[in-house]
Amino acid sequence: MRIESPEFLKDAAAKYNSVTPPPVEILVSMGTCGIAAGTGNVLKAIYDEISAKHLENSFGVREVGCMGLCYAEPVIMTIDHSTGKQTIYGKVTREQIPAILSGRAGETSECYVIPRNWYYPEFETPAEGEIQARIVLRNTGRMNPEKIEQYIANGGYSALGKAVTTMTPQEVIDTISASGLRGRGGGGFPTGRKWQFAADQKSDEKFIICNADEGDPGAFMDRAVLEGDPHSVLEAMAIGGYAIGAHTGVIYIRAEYPLAVKRLEIAIRQAEELGLLGKNIMGSGFDFNIQIKFGAGAFVCGEETALIHSIEGHRGEPTVKPPFPAVQGLWKKPSVVNNVETYACIAAIIRKGAEWFRTIGTEGAPGTKVFALAGKVAKVGLVEVPMGTTLRQIIYDIGAGIKNNRQFKAVQTGGPSGGCITKANLDLPIDYEALKAIGSMMGSGGMIVMDEDNCMVDIAKFFLEFTLDESCGKCTPCRIGNRRMYEMLEEITDGRGTVATLEKLKILSRTIKDTALCGLGQTSPNPVLSTMANFEDEYLAHVKEGRCPAGACSKLIHFQITDRCVGCGICLRNCPANCITGERRARHVIDQDKCVKCGACFNACKFHAVERV
Amino acid sequence: MGCNCQKTPTEQDVKKIAELDQYIDSLLAGTSDERRSGFLIQILHRAQSLFGFLSEETQKHVSEKLRIPVAEIYGVISFYSYFTDKPVGRYKINVCTGTACFVKGAAKVLEEFKRNLGIQEGETTGDGRFFLGGLRCVGACSLAPVVMVNDRVYGNVTAEKVAEILAECKE
Repeated sequence: MRIESPEFLKDAAAKYNSVTPPPVEILVSMGTCGIAAGTGNVLKAIYDEISAKHLENSFGVREVGCMGLCYAEPVIMTIDHSTGKQTIYGKVTREQIPAILSGRAGETSECYVIPRNWYYPEFETPAEGEIQARIVLRNTGRMNPEKIEQYIANGGYSALGKAVTTMTPQEVIDTISASGLRGRGGGGFPTGRKWQFAADQKSDEKFIICNADEGDPGAFMDRAVLEGDPHSVLEAMAIGGYAIGAHTGVIYIRAEYPLAVKRLEIAIRQAEELGLLGKNIMGSGFDFNIQIKFGAGAFVCGEETALIHSIEGHRGEPTVKPPFPAVQGLWKKPSVVNNVETYACIAAIIRKGAEWFRTIGTEGAPGTKVFALAGKVAKVGLVEVPMGTTLRQIIYDIGAGIKNNRQFKAVQTGGPSGGCITKANLDLPIDYEALKAIGSMMGSGGMIVMDEDNCMVDIAKFFLEFTLDESCGKCTPCRIGNRRMYEMLEEITDGRGTVATLEKLKILSRTIKDTALCGLGQTSPNPVLSTMANFEDEYLAHVKEGRCPAGACSKLIHFQITDRCVGCGICLRNCPANCITGERRARHVIDQDKCVKCGACFNACKFHAVERV
Repeated sequence: MGCNCQKTPTEQDVKKIAELDQYIDSLLAGTSDERRSGFLIQILHRAQSLFGFLSEETQKHVSEKLRIPVAEIYGVISFYSYFTDKPVGRYKINVCTGTACFVKGAAKVLEEFKRNLGIQEGETTGDGRFFLGGLRCVGACSLAPVVMVNDRVYGNVTAEKVAEILAECKE
């Protein structure tokens, strides 16, 4: 079959929607973390149960992408089409499947039913009184990403049809400009303006590039979209191609995401088979093809000029802008580079209009943002909220606060380029400018929550180590400056630092910010500067008192066993360094010379007899 | 382990080289000369998955097929952390070095692997069994700290679980 026109597409969607669904559908979350958590076994158990009890006519199984409830994986959702009732089960085991399928799961206490208000997959506009809204994740976790029919049934490719048959390229750009959509990869550059620059260039060849090199540690929203809804990215790239006059799209994806690559390949093949990619799309005369290119583990390749060099098969080193890629990009031709999440907004904007998009989010940043909530938060997961939502709503209302009743200390946004935000700013409505004003940045949307056990100097050192590792070495401030900064932080965490070290750190930070070549280097001191500004007392405790208040810097702490010890021997058995000795029922002793300060004894002791000082 | 630069390729190697050549030819069909380099990274990925690492011979071979200088190819290999020009252990243990894993104690897990195996990050044990390395965020942050052994993901790893994981790596 070939879809030859938008009308044909509409008929196809109607046909797919007219198929009577099985009485009960079971959605199984098959994203990378779901599979790692054991969803594969659960899926097998469901199929086994269905075939053993001959339930083929009562149940249908749908393998979907990540539902965003990562903390509760393996997750499954049942939809009873006769009543419309939807139930989500978390931490599912094989043993629970018979109970869940027979509808008795609600009565047995072993099954963990996730309250509906933690998950709102079907609202593109936030429903009354709800925090979450799903534009980017509209299909993720609802739809089988390997079946194009489901995407089409859900209105997929209708935006592309509308664009190529009823709008001029300029009208498409104007719509995107009017929507106020800004780059979701971190910089927040207006997408419409970027497209306009490329469209204005005269060239025999142009490129639409998708940046799927999601390198920020702790950010996994792009992976979720690519694994759960790859067609939304393909459709948007084709719309972008039409708008700027490009016939080739390139997806640059990191090699760490094999499942996303596989699903993209399937999606591209299916779209080509239906004529939704390829020659003369929906009878419009517009041709568009998409290829996949692979990264090979280099964070700096998320920077657009470095990314382009990497696609061309070179070392992924950034070059000075201008010329911007919109003027001279891939193979020296005008190219637009947008991030996955940005593309995932496009089709919805074309379908529903710029006005609708502007009703969501803030004046300066319309729409939603997906955040990957991780770290010490109770409910790790993927959330999509309108811009302007506060951190408190995200961390406490959706994320259910801090794990193990510990105290919130900071939340880190923007990855290695961002900063740490304290309690004082929890109620700030967040968008690009608001985060910048408090010394952090939006970044790609990783949000790492930290509690009182995390040392902020140690965190700053961690990010710097990351930058050091990933610095391409081309410019001196980044290559050598960051090395010196790292050494200073090491002095502090080892207890060798002084107040003068702090002053030197500040000066060097500013120099690097002013002189580094690309975004990676210019923003690398941010984690240091923001932790110094917000947690100065913690830095001072290290340099003045030789003390780590969080008890995380191993050189500044030691463990000792107090007289509360009953001599049970559990610490001795848990010690990986075999440095604890003691007779049964007598107080044990730690050999400080051999101790590796792992804290295993501290965690194992049931009598709180191990002290960390 | 000793030296790996065999002068006479084994039958198996010949087969692998043929497979690589076929892959390269299929990619290059219809590509202009100046855009051949666009397939380099893809080809190196395939070569590494076939041979386990990118030896000097492999680099020379790719260089001749693509007509790109070996120096440039080596430049690419040394730039990207995914590529290695040294043979690595049969069990590639990679501790995730992402932020969520760090916050939840990945450093201690890495320390314990180092202590237990007696090697540093980026090294392979003398018997060629284990390679220990760091891995960039795999995006499975809900399972932090995460350790990957070849393609298998272990979640919520603690220093205490390290010995257990190593014991599972049997021949």
